[in-house]
Amino acid sequence: MEFLLELVISLLIVIGGCFVIVGSVGLVKLPDLMSRLHAPTKATTLGVGGALVASMLYFWGIEGKVSIHEVLITGFLFLTAPVTAHFVAKAYLHRHPEKKTELPPTGRPYGWSTYDAPPDSTAGQAGDVEAEKKD
Amino acid sequence: MIGYALTFGFFAVCLALMLNLWRLVKGPSLMDRVLAVDTMMINAIALIILHGIQQQTTLYFEAALLLAMFGFISTVAYCRFILRGDVIE
Repeated sequence: MEFLLELVISLLIVIGGCFVIVGSVGLVKLPDLMSRLHAPTKATTLGVGGALVASMLYFWGIEGKVSIHEVLITGFLFLTAPVTAHFVAKAYLHRHPEKKTELPPTGRPYGWSTYDAPPDSTAGQAGDVEAEKKD
Repeated sequence: MIGYALTFGFFAVCLALMLNLWRLVKGPSLMDRVLAVDTMMINAIALIILHGIQQQTTLYFEAALLLAMFGFISTVAYCRFILRGDVIE
């Protein structure tokens, strides 16, 4: 195998390992679950992506043909990480209703989507009544 | 040179798995544990990929793909179970 290809593969593996460590250290060190969500969903996904690209280049180097498996795994991981983070955050917000007082105002007639109904709904939410009083 | 990089990669992923295990044991909330298991699943995929490079075999890609799918589906199912009390309504 060419020296340059080996160098690129080694660099990708090392960078991927660094990102994986950063993601997991963030999972341990950050203070709150909503902050902790950032580290694994961004850094760890990028680290796995680095290892997968390294694997693709490696098997292209020793077998001479490009394999599509890694692209499949990378695409799947990059698609599913935001969905997973969204579900975890939503479940956390609904398990801890006291967090509602810490949320900043949205600055729009719409409230926070997991807590408040849309303003034109007929459900009679508290936010609607306040908005009508201001008018 | 790839051998040294692989050694570093194995060390990094195993350290990351230990840190995730610490978060899984410590908690404090239930969703922290779900997030820790999800991250452990992603790190296990990285470990399998690095093992495939070391053994020079493409046999493990299917295992990594299956693990990615099961990790995603199990996390979403657990979150839905916590949110709604049911997985499929």
